[in-house]
Amino acid sequence: MTRITWKIEGDRDISGEVEDGLNLMEAAIAHDVPYIYGECGGCLSCATCHVFVEPEWLEMTGPVDDVEDAMLEMTDVERRKTSRLSCQVEVSPELDGLVLHVPIPE
Amino acid sequence: MLVGEEPYAPYQRPPLSKDCLLGKLEPDRLLIRDPQWYAEQGVTTRFSTRIREIRTSRRQVISDQGDILEYSKLVLCTGAGARTLPERMGGDLDGVFTLRTIADMQRLRPVLQPGRRLLILGGGYIGLEVAAVARQLGLEVTLLEMADRILQRVADRETSGFFRDLHREHGVVLRESTRVARLAGVDGRVRAAELESGERIDADLVLVGIGSQPNTALAESAGLECDNGIAVTETGRTSDPDIYAAGDCTSFVRNGVRVRLESVQNAADQGDLVARVLGGEETAYTAVPWFWSEQYDCRLQIVGLNHGHTHTVLRRSGKDRSQSVWYYADDRLLAIDAMNDTRSFALGRRIIEMGKHPSPEQVADPEVDLKALVRPPKR
Ligand SMILES: Cc1cc2nc3c(=O)[nH]c(=O)nc-3n(C[C@H](O)[C@H](O)[C@H](O)COP(=O)(O)OP(=O)(O)OC[C@H]3O[C@@H](n4cnc5c(N)ncnc54)[C@H](O)[C@@H]3O)c2cc1C
Ligand code: FES
Repeated sequence: MTRITWKIEGDRDISGEVEDGLNLMEAAIAHDVPYIYGECGGCLSCATCHVFVEPEWLEMTGPVDDVEDAMLEMTDVERRKTSRLSCQVEVSPELDGLVLHVPIPE
Repeated sequence: MLVGEEPYAPYQRPPLSKDCLLGKLEPDRLLIRDPQWYAEQGVTTRFSTRIREIRTSRRQVISDQGDILEYSKLVLCTGAGARTLPERMGGDLDGVFTLRTIADMQRLRPVLQPGRRLLILGGGYIGLEVAAVARQLGLEVTLLEMADRILQRVADRETSGFFRDLHREHGVVLRESTRVARLAGVDGRVRAAELESGERIDADLVLVGIGSQPNTALAESAGLECDNGIAVTETGRTSDPDIYAAGDCTSFVRNGVRVRLESVQNAADQGDLVARVLGGEETAYTAVPWFWSEQYDCRLQIVGLNHGHTHTVLRRSGKDRSQSVWYYADDRLLAIDAMNDTRSFALGRRIIEMGKHPSPEQVADPEVDLKALVRPPKR
């Protein structure tokens, strides 16, 4: 189990233990994190799992591939350097303590 | 209260013909929400419960077990069912499959054994996706399409051609303009398909992927207006003031044409719409449709609706097997099919949502950066 925290912009924080092997989108759904929908089930077609990674954690979440990079062009809230599509990051013990920021669409 | 005929909480169907069938993903990963989640939201659930009748005058629905459930508002999200081959064409033989539910997938997956001959009827998305899975699992695959090209109902020649080539390269025997007269069996088990031409194609297994039909029987018997689906307005209303509908079971008018969409996007967005309308919000259905499919290592992503297009423009990304087809009605951009070209899909979706219409010349020129059309360059 790995501890993840989602900070909803301008609102509350949600923290929870997540089963390793799930991806961060599934983890967010399991903890009922608002604004993360994961509509395409994690196959890089919806961009409804967008998060900003706390900068010090960014490297730990691994590289962004071309498809994810392209999908980040259609996020509701404009991408930043710390943007990830959370379905592309697998939960593993190294991510224990990870902090993610959830953007709120207009 | 949420009532459903299947024994599970709502789940994602797309992987049923993709990773799940390949054995890469187990069905328990498909649930959209944990079953307890519904109770936490104050939603009572009743699964394995089929509703057989709506009594609109009393605002009641009756289950197969005879239970009477009362409603003040009812939302029909009955989805669609796979079209089957009639019995007289051998549709009831053992070894003949359709794919719509977890149960269907669980029947099909164990019989997809290397070396078996799988015959697929229908070159739509499900037929093509199953063909890709079966080739990856080492089956011999023949796919028959009765129209003159696969994906004819949904895509332009360019896209059909792309997928025809893809499947042939992966060893699928793909035949278009080919009609099956009937399936022939021995001792109740399918053995072959007899074509209208008289030709016989031997097979161990048959997957019928000839489209789906909306589950409208319940709505029709309650007297709701149906037209290739339960007819809904842009606020999700049916012809009964207390009944709404969303998803694959509905049809609605878009750009002057009545359409029925079978996609996760439409089910999710119409569901969201109905929930908002029931909550008193004044809103209407304007979401731009999108869809995806995966075959082998190819990702197809579609945005918009191409009904009524007058021509298409091909955009090559410069990478191998990576291109997009842009559908225009005169100079209005309607839709895009992107094959291994997520950039065109993502930026194209933005372009369509913003109501912009880049010229065919801009689109055809790979040097033109689509991004400049979407987000003005930062200084
Ligand atoms: C194999 C497969 C692959 C797919 N791939 C993709 C894809 O890649 N991308 C994409 O966007 N879409 C895809 N789709 C389509 C997508 O899954 C559907 O559009 C979506 O499931 C529609 O959701 P829905 O809620 O409208 O209907 P459904 O998911 O069909 O749900 C309807 C439910 O209502 C129940 N029901 C019906 N009648 C009754 C009754 N009288 N009483 C009680 N319960 C009833 C049914 O049993 C069913 O459980 C795919 C579909 C299939 C089958
Ligand atoms: S869930 Fe759709 S892109 Fe991540």
